[in-house]
Amino acid sequence: MASFKPTKVPFLPKLGEKVTEETLYWKNYKSPVQIKEFGAITKIDFSPLPPHNYAVTASTRIHIYGPHSQEPIRSFTRFRDTAYGGRFRGDGKLLVAGSEEGLIRLFDISGRVALRQFKGHTKAVHMTSFLSDGFRVVSGSDDLSCRVWDVPSAVELSSLTEHTDYIRALAPSKLNPDLFVTGSYDHTVKVFDMRSGSSVMTMQHGHPVECVLLYPSEALLVSTGGRYVKVWDLLKGGQELVSLKNHHKTVTCACLSSVGNKLLTGSLDRHVKVYNSSYKVVHNFDCDASILSMAIAPDDEALAVGMTNGVLSVRHRRHKKDKETLTSRRRRGPSYQVFVKGKNFVPRQDDFLVSKPVKQYLRKYDKQLKSFEVSKALDTALQTWTRTSKPDVTVAVIIELKRRGTLKNALAGRNEESLTKILNFLLKHIFDPRFSRPLLMVGDIVLDLYQQVFHQSPVVERLLQRLMEVLGREAELQQELLQVLGILDTLFTSLTPRKEVLWERCCPMPLSNHCVSVSSVSADVSKI
Amino acid sequence: MAITVVSVKKVLLLRTLPLKLNEEVVEEYGSHRFMLSHGCRFVLCASGDLVKVYSTRTEEWLHSLQGHTNQVTGIALNPANHLQVYSCSADGTVKLWDFIDGILIKTFIIGYPLFAIYVSEKHEGVLFLHVSMATDSKNECFQLVAVHLPKSAEQEVEAKEMSVVSSHISSNPSCTAFGRGGEYIAFARRLQLNVYFFRKQKTCSFSLKATDKKGAQNAFTCITCHPTDDCIATGHEDGKIRLWRNFIHKKEYTYSTQHWHHNAVNTLCFTPEGTHLLSGGIESVLVQWQYGAGNRKEFLPRLGGSILHISASSDGQLFCTSHSDNKITVIESSFKVCGVLQGLVKGDAVLTDLMIDPRSKALVLNGKPGHLQFYSLLRDKHLYNLDIVQQEYIYEAGLDQFEVAKAAFDIKGSWLATVEERGQKSSDLEFFLKLWAFDERTQSFVLNTTITAAHTDRIISMCFSSSEETTMLVTIAEDGQFKAWCQGADADTQQNQNFWSCDFVGSYHNLKPTNCSFSADSSLLAVSFQEVITIWSPETWEMLTTLCQPPGIIRDLCFGRLSCSKYLLGTTTRNLLCCWNLLTCALEWSSSVEVSKLQPDPLSENVAAFSYQSKHTDLFVFKPSEPRPLFTNKNVCSEKVHRAVFVPREELLNNCDESSQWLNRSQLYFLTQNMDLLTFSTATEEDRMLSSSKQLVIDDSVAVTPFYLLLGKHRQQQQKLNTQSHPAADKPQQPQGSVTIKELLHTPAHVLPAASVLCSMFVNSLLISNTGVQQDCLREEMDSEKEEEDSEEEMEACDSQQELRVQGSVDEVMLKLSKAQERELKRVRKTDFSWMADLIDSKP
Repeated sequence: MASFKPTKVPFLPKLGEKVTEETLYWKNYKSPVQIKEFGAITKIDFSPLPPHNYAVTASTRIHIYGPHSQEPIRSFTRFRDTAYGGRFRGDGKLLVAGSEEGLIRLFDISGRVALRQFKGHTKAVHMTSFLSDGFRVVSGSDDLSCRVWDVPSAVELSSLTEHTDYIRALAPSKLNPDLFVTGSYDHTVKVFDMRSGSSVMTMQHGHPVECVLLYPSEALLVSTGGRYVKVWDLLKGGQELVSLKNHHKTVTCACLSSVGNKLLTGSLDRHVKVYNSSYKVVHNFDCDASILSMAIAPDDEALAVGMTNGVLSVRHRRHKKDKETLTSRRRRGPSYQVFVKGKNFVPRQDDFLVSKPVKQYLRKYDKQLKSFEVSKALDTALQTWTRTSKPDVTVAVIIELKRRGTLKNALAGRNEESLTKILNFLLKHIFDPRFSRPLLMVGDIVLDLYQQVFHQSPVVERLLQRLMEVLGREAELQQELLQVLGILDTLFTSLTPRKEVLWERCCPMPLSNHCVSVSSVSADVSKI
Repeated sequence: MAITVVSVKKVLLLRTLPLKLNEEVVEEYGSHRFMLSHGCRFVLCASGDLVKVYSTRTEEWLHSLQGHTNQVTGIALNPANHLQVYSCSADGTVKLWDFIDGILIKTFIIGYPLFAIYVSEKHEGVLFLHVSMATDSKNECFQLVAVHLPKSAEQEVEAKEMSVVSSHISSNPSCTAFGRGGEYIAFARRLQLNVYFFRKQKTCSFSLKATDKKGAQNAFTCITCHPTDDCIATGHEDGKIRLWRNFIHKKEYTYSTQHWHHNAVNTLCFTPEGTHLLSGGIESVLVQWQYGAGNRKEFLPRLGGSILHISASSDGQLFCTSHSDNKITVIESSFKVCGVLQGLVKGDAVLTDLMIDPRSKALVLNGKPGHLQFYSLLRDKHLYNLDIVQQEYIYEAGLDQFEVAKAAFDIKGSWLATVEERGQKSSDLEFFLKLWAFDERTQSFVLNTTITAAHTDRIISMCFSSSEETTMLVTIAEDGQFKAWCQGADADTQQNQNFWSCDFVGSYHNLKPTNCSFSADSSLLAVSFQEVITIWSPETWEMLTTLCQPPGIIRDLCFGRLSCSKYLLGTTTRNLLCCWNLLTCALEWSSSVEVSKLQPDPLSENVAAFSYQSKHTDLFVFKPSEPRPLFTNKNVCSEKVHRAVFVPREELLNNCDESSQWLNRSQLYFLTQNMDLLTFSTATEEDRMLSSSKQLVIDDSVAVTPFYLLLGKHRQQQQKLNTQSHPAADKPQQPQGSVTIKELLHTPAHVLPAASVLCSMFVNSLLISNTGVQQDCLREEMDSEKEEEDSEEEMEACDSQQELRVQGSVDEVMLKLSKAQERELKRVRKTDFSWMADLIDSKP
């Protein structure tokens, strides 16, 4: 005698999404903390020293936040005009920032007043940075010049005017104190050597350069501008390695994660994309507004993103400890002792054993299915929690009812309230390719059963109206997709060399799946 | 180039496998054909022209009662002697058997085909039989007759004295039952219940309306009477059970109705004390109603197929239910299943091919609904069911459920691919492709991958590549595509997972594929598209060539093996068997045979072809290299053969005979449309089978008592010693040595001469058989012989002591003595003690 077999909830992966180690890694961030600043955030920089405070440059001030504080622990407000490009020195004790008026200010982290002011630029200075020796500051300005300043004496050491447009990107080399890279709106990226006092390498990016970035090995250089992210090999004399086009608006910032040197890019299209080592997008962070600046903390502990609307959003990494505390708090079931009680009892030789059958634990809907209570089982499966967080369970029960030939019985005889539940569920999930087939069937049956009584309830009528609209829209969309598919087909056939046989590598599933659902959806719409 | 018929001497015997417990479930007489013996030790069941005896405790088949020449239709215990059983058969005879020893006692010749048998304690010497009186087979007319058995000492008696009880009864044997103490007999036909009172010699009849307002269907399906009370329980087509009372006075009868079954009640049975009523139907739930307590009932759900018949043992300890899936369940009176006798499950149709599991060498085919069954042909035993669908099976008539439609094993047996389908009849077809990995630890298959939308239409066929290194599955479907599935990790996901994914999709001019086959080394894949065969290279997925033989759609496709691997065979719907040479890409030969099944032997070059022409099936066995068949058997069976398989043998046969050489490596099994599994076996095999089955009987007929356990242990030890000393001689010696004893002990006691007369003969026989035995040992035996004369019990005890003593002395000697006396020891060991064991065994 076999025992009751519970309803199997099939695991259907979402189409086109593959779970890899990297997606898991990047998914492991908490939901962002939002901090409102006074204006668009143009620059974020993490201090290299623990506890890794970060400087946020927005409007006329620079705020320094602690790793977990939502209030600034320090702020520099002595700017007469907009401040730009606040950056830490390598030891994390000094901070340099440019400004709209052309002044460059140097702050001590613990002080308020600027220690030094470097005057000389005639236009706004968007980019400032320390060279790796820590005694010199390099700055890029809108007056087309790039200047190097001496920190102790506050004098200009040299001025480089090779760019023909605004300089908006700057990256000093960490290995050589005399090297730095600049990117400009004149579409070029230049590598300057202070020893020769001129550029030693020039790369054509093809678009106004918004950001440059050096890999820690300094063999690779990343430049972003326009919709393109380009990676250059410096050891091969500035040869282009890859050109990535994953954003659909200007890419404004880029940074490297400290674990595995993964490239992250942020763009005006409100996305942060994470690339793996072969430059394929493995993850995507969505933001509320266009992204202007971004920085990632050492050890990837936090990802800070600054946006045009002045919102700073900080995502902290989720640690295993947090998870444990969460689960331990949630589970307050019986202790382990209860479960093993009497299980490890060894009977003595003369004992007479009376075996007790092992109890089979069933879910509530399974219990109801076992006793053939189909309507109740459907009600259980449509409970709010199941319906919202585990729609696959609900659909599995619907499929099981269909298999038993009792779906119609289960759907019949419902009042307005429960019918609304079902219709809402349909509205939400009917286009999910995983569920569309059984749910369309449910829709058909509901229409058949309640045709006469729909008009009695305005709520149900409204829901049906919406369902019809949504179905119509989806059908149109599918039709368009089919047209595109047709176009693609003709393109493919014209591309492949003429051969007796048509053969192609297996194309991924989604295309064919769309075709299936299209036909069913359009049939359904015509019925309505 | 045609297949020429070679004349073959008939050395091959066609044998129906003894695989079925209760064959042919569909036929109408099926349900009255099994019962529990007195004292719950045996289950008797009619199977074909045999009555089989099973032990309820060990669930083993003990022996069968052989003698009828046609279907056995009913069996009934002799009420006068509970060790005897009557069996009736469609050949017109009733036989009386001693079922414990399997001896035919008497044969009564009735002369008409019989369909059921009923006996009652009150009517001694009278049998009640269902007899078909119809002269023409069209309108079958069944009669219930009482046959008076003539008292004569002869073995075969003609029973002429018949009296008709009723001339118009239902063909269903469960629609007749004896009432309290045999005072009346109740029988139902459609909507009428008749009760015949023997004392009054009168029939009362009660009828029901065909349907009422609620659409009930009132036709009777089964009937049973309370053993001590005047109460008749009847089952109806709509699942109602009615309890009729007070029917002695025709006008004042009453009935109460109980309803639980949702389909027809197949069978009803009162427990011997009459405290409970058992009922069963298609739901496969055994329902136990408490008699006289209204609606109080207990259930035993999910027993298997639909319940066909329930039988209770006379002491009420055990119940038995027989199921449509060729199964008998033994249930304790505490309502717990304590044993299952499972035969080869025969569904309505075998959708999968017959397959051989390469690991266990078991035959694999559709079993229970949604399962694959593994059946060991070697031991004729059902091994296990593999749950493919993994869903609760709903026992409801007319419900469309998932069925395993296709299955395939890879060459090592580590992968199993299955396709399950639902909704073949309706338009929306659902199917899943599942891949199962063999788990070494649990020794069974574990689900690895489920592919929900493998194709857009029905999968026609699939096959695994046969290479050792990489496994690949090719499926072909009605959507005009074939897909290759490979196991392996995705490039993007770094996790090491061995799931299956699609590797290649191929099609040919949008034609519908019909069959696919891998070559022996899986370097080539042949896929037939309607009339065209395409040959692909699985490594590069390049189409190498197409072969075309215009007339007819390709039906079967297979590559040659071993020396014939350059040939490709194909059969078409237009009666053509073609053989292509793949080196020249040309047709080697073709012949016009209507082939219904083409089956290559995996171990040799041979290919078997079943051809169905003018209502009989012929078998040709040939090598692809030459168009001349090795072996031809005309008229193998009268039905079409759709499934066949070559089963590798455990040990090779050494047949030199040309015509049976093809059976040396493997055996051919095939399944006809009537779901009979047939095989070819050679004459020598048949003999061996018989002897082995005899041995089985001797071994298993012993009840497990503490005494037996004690003795059995020693016997096993002794056997071990025997096998150590001379393993080869072990097998044939045992039956030989015990022939005399068997003769002595298997003859009924009243026929035997006095024990004192027998003794000397008995001892003599032993002297002859064991000439080389040492003196002292013999003396010991002699002692035991003398003691045997006293009484049976004493003798058994003594025997065991003797054995113990002998055993002990051997052990001691073993410990003490050196190599010098090894030889002597061996001789002691050679002493055949098996006769003793048999002596003990044969006591029932």
